[in-house]
Amino acid sequence: MVKWTEEERCTIREVWEKVDVDEIGPQILTRVHIVYPWRETYFGTFGDIFTNTSILNNPKVAHHGKVVLRSIDKAVRIMDRIQETHAALSRLHYECVDPDNFKLLGDCITISIACKLKEALNPQVQAVWQKFLCAVVEAMNSQNK
Amino acid sequence: MSLTAKDKEVVKAFWTKLAPKADDVGADALSRMLVVYPQTKTYFAHWKDLSPGSAPVKKHGKTIMGGVADAVGKIDDLTAGLLDLSELHAFTLRVDPANFKILSHNILVVLAIVFPNEFTPEVHVALDKFLGALSRALAEKYR
Repeated sequence: MVKWTEEERCTIREVWEKVDVDEIGPQILTRVHIVYPWRETYFGTFGDIFTNTSILNNPKVAHHGKVVLRSIDKAVRIMDRIQETHAALSRLHYECVDPDNFKLLGDCITISIACKLKEALNPQVQAVWQKFLCAVVEAMNSQNK
Repeated sequence: MSLTAKDKEVVKAFWTKLAPKADDVGADALSRMLVVYPQTKTYFAHWKDLSPGSAPVKKHGKTIMGGVADAVGKIDDLTAGLLDLSELHAFTLRVDPANFKILSHNILVVLAIVFPNEFTPEVHVALDKFLGALSRALAEKYR
């Protein structure tokens, strides 16, 4: 289980307070689909996600981005039980999503948040934020073991 | 996943915006790497000060981005163009090539911070591919 200092908890919450799920969620999934296009394989029901224009205009991509960030919101609120609270999500993705994709998604979340927070995401804040994302990625992979 | 003509065009165009700020970008990316991935400090144990923005970090950040600038100029054949640098990293510096991806990630984070509007997904994918190709060229002489 990941241990958090009080300072780390504050840092993560301060980063998260600046994130508007409805604004950033769609940006993250759009970025993931454009930067890592092989992820299309997991979204067969999303319709046209084969060009940058179609990805940018696809409402299902935007919606799923918000869904992803709402699960991150849960992790921020219940930081000490991330594995437990994400066990069901991990089981849902188990056997259909290659586990490396959660890390790629995490990297895109960091990049999108960097665009939003700019210099407020200083090296120390980035370190804590990425520690938090690693915990979420590990939780999403927990049912693979 | 080789670079398309479009990727190269995007990288070169973005580089013209980046070039005036390259030294600062390099210093910030290196600072972040050392803080966020502390295991990388092992390669810089001979420096007096590894803290963000210190003199050795700034100097080396500039050196790194000089290498990236060189790579932009040699984008049509990175493997041949970066052979000497690859030998340096493989035999003299002995850097684990896994760290190239770590530094690349931090360069991308800094670019997102410095160019929040210009670092679109299209620019992101081209730069990610370019830094990936650069990393592979740097690893060419390892074995």
